[in-house]
Amino acid sequence: MPLVLTEEQSMLRDSARGFINEKAPIAHLRKMRDDRDATGFSRDLWKSFAEMGFAGLLVPEDFGGSGLGTVEAGIVLEEIGRNLMPSPFLSTAVLAVSALTRGGSAEQQAAYLPKIADGSLIATLAVDEGAKHKPHNIAMQAVRAGNGFKLNGAKALVVDGHVADLLIVAARTGGTAGERGGLTLFLVDPKAKGVSIERTVMVDAHNAARINFDNVEVSADAVLGEVDQGGELLDAVLNIGRGAVASEMVGLSEEVFNRTVTYLKERKQFGKLIGEFQALQHRAAQLYIDIEISRAATLKALQTLDQDAAKADHAVSVAKAHAGTTATRAVQEGVQMHGGMGMTDQFDIGLFMKRARVCQELFGDNNYHAERLAEARQY
Amino acid sequence: MSDLDQFRRETRAWLEANCPPEMRKPVANDDDVFWGGRNTKFASEAQKVWFERMRDKGWTVPDWPKQYGGGGLDGAEAKVLREEMAAMGARPPLSSFGIWMLGPALLKYGTEEQKAEHLPKITAGLIRWCQGYSEPNAGSDLASLQTRAESDGDDYVITGQKIWTSYANYADWIFCLVRTDPTAKKHDGISFILFDMASKGVSTKPILLISGKSPFCETFFDGVRVPKSHVVGTVNRGWDVAKYLLQHERAMISGLGDRSVGRPLGQIAADSIGSDAQGKLDDPILRGEIARFEVDEAALACAAERAVDLAKAGQGHPAFSSAMKYYGTELNKRRYEILMSAGGIDALEWESPRSKEGARPRAWLRTKANSIEGGTSEVMLGIVAKRILDLPGA
Repeated sequence: MPLVLTEEQSMLRDSARGFINEKAPIAHLRKMRDDRDATGFSRDLWKSFAEMGFAGLLVPEDFGGSGLGTVEAGIVLEEIGRNLMPSPFLSTAVLAVSALTRGGSAEQQAAYLPKIADGSLIATLAVDEGAKHKPHNIAMQAVRAGNGFKLNGAKALVVDGHVADLLIVAARTGGTAGERGGLTLFLVDPKAKGVSIERTVMVDAHNAARINFDNVEVSADAVLGEVDQGGELLDAVLNIGRGAVASEMVGLSEEVFNRTVTYLKERKQFGKLIGEFQALQHRAAQLYIDIEISRAATLKALQTLDQDAAKADHAVSVAKAHAGTTATRAVQEGVQMHGGMGMTDQFDIGLFMKRARVCQELFGDNNYHAERLAEARQY
Repeated sequence: MSDLDQFRRETRAWLEANCPPEMRKPVANDDDVFWGGRNTKFASEAQKVWFERMRDKGWTVPDWPKQYGGGGLDGAEAKVLREEMAAMGARPPLSSFGIWMLGPALLKYGTEEQKAEHLPKITAGLIRWCQGYSEPNAGSDLASLQTRAESDGDDYVITGQKIWTSYANYADWIFCLVRTDPTAKKHDGISFILFDMASKGVSTKPILLISGKSPFCETFFDGVRVPKSHVVGTVNRGWDVAKYLLQHERAMISGLGDRSVGRPLGQIAADSIGSDAQGKLDDPILRGEIARFEVDEAALACAAERAVDLAKAGQGHPAFSSAMKYYGTELNKRRYEILMSAGGIDALEWESPRSKEGARPRAWLRTKANSIEGGTSEVMLGIVAKRILDLPGA
């Protein structure tokens, strides 16, 4: 499959770009942040996003969606990244939908997917517990109790956790921390007794929460997929999340780069445009090359996820690691080349830097994914 | 089953039946590479058989027209063949500057007579070509070249010196940049011309490099007579041909680091350094460096694949080969720094059968030229800044 977008995919990109540029430019994020908005996103905007068909992009047509693939989800996230749009797209339309379509029973799918597609239900995935992403180290316990399970533990960096109507929670029903076996995914109502949710105001002004589970009782039909076999499902969903976040970082990197190159062509010092200085030209050229390579690696990962998901680990880690390194470099050069203006809150460049830092940590940073490569190659 | 799937199945079966097992092992030394030419010798029977079978199939240059001895494959089929050859580790049957550099320029700028004369001899491995570009005072500033071609009846008489001519001492013919109008501005008086290295007045002198090898020569022209019909493209417009050819050269050099068929770098390192109780390389910082390298290497391979696909879709940027050349050569240098560190003191031996006569340190030193030859890294970044980013004054 060629590593270029098809005509339909280019049209999707144009439509997402048009919508987000108009309805959710960076001013939208600023307003949410400055107003200290309690939800951190606009439900009305999410409804219109759903009406455009974006919320149900990955939802099968039988459940009211478009039944498209990870490549298409990545295209939308790239546009979200350009405008730093606060939106439940990643948590709900990508992570939750991927978990439900891959692991859900017919009843579970029918109960949630149509509501996600029409924009009325926000859902998310709760995985991380410690400071760094280590999904197989999950310690949260799910112990059999009566006909169901009792959940105890704590989750962090739950994207959109404080506004979600449905939590997909990874907990341990067997095995010990470090093992992939013994993990199980549960569908949990955030209003259930024993669930306490703390919204964490993050550096990037995007949504996240810490969630505590204190003897939370769920019934047996809350299990998503198979008991003790959730590790495989979780890894598959995380890979899709990684590919999606890599796309967001590519969009973010390219936007910050375009703004920086524009600045190099406008700003004068020593009687010259600063873009005439070779020291800056060469760094800009290096960054351009990094971004193009990240873009190719990311598209490869997304295509692999759609065509042969079981063999996507390598391509996904390459994309997430490369795009993470590139985004870090892009925002650093962005601030540096904008000089003092890059340090001001008034300029948007700093907002890109903050979002890039969060995207790096989401589902494993560049070190995590380089390590995954080394382990796979057994050295 | 689509036509392409069918083609893949047939290709795989044909390669399985026709590629000798010896030709599926990674290239270990210079002898393993077959360059063709008048004085060529095959290093082994397997090399000969493999070359002849691929030549007869038209697959020494799969995507050239059949009339010139190519395979006539379209872009998608050529990609399938590349993928299938890579999957079984099949060596290229023929390496040649004629294939990588001159051929594409002839196909675009050559007359029908020139194509019919030269292309079949390239695909059949009969003529080995070298490239006469750089001069002692024209390196990064290539267009300032001074080799003169003076008009004399139906001929040009060529006098001057080239340098860094790869394998000039083995080459049969040269494609050469010469100044046909000394009064014009530097880019406007250059022509692209072809001639036989056996012509009277041509001499070569190998240059000993830090690797202890001499892949490059100084090449001298002392009144070499060349028919005017050997100019490719328009007289005095040779710079256009030269630039077009350089794009192909850069694409070729950026791919030199692709060793994905060999053993993983981490395991090569483990051979000499050893592993700890968990099976991890017993040098955690080098292990991290290798992992980061592998991320970048795999990502570059995606970008190379995408560059071909973009070009096919008419969305490529002509200067993108400079971007790839920069990244690919810097990466290959990094690879050999890692290999030297991994080899430790074993990688320091220069002469011994144990070290295959210093194969690794010589290869390491050779890579240092990657970011100089075909345009330095600094020139590549300048091209990206000017032609792609449109930065001022670049």
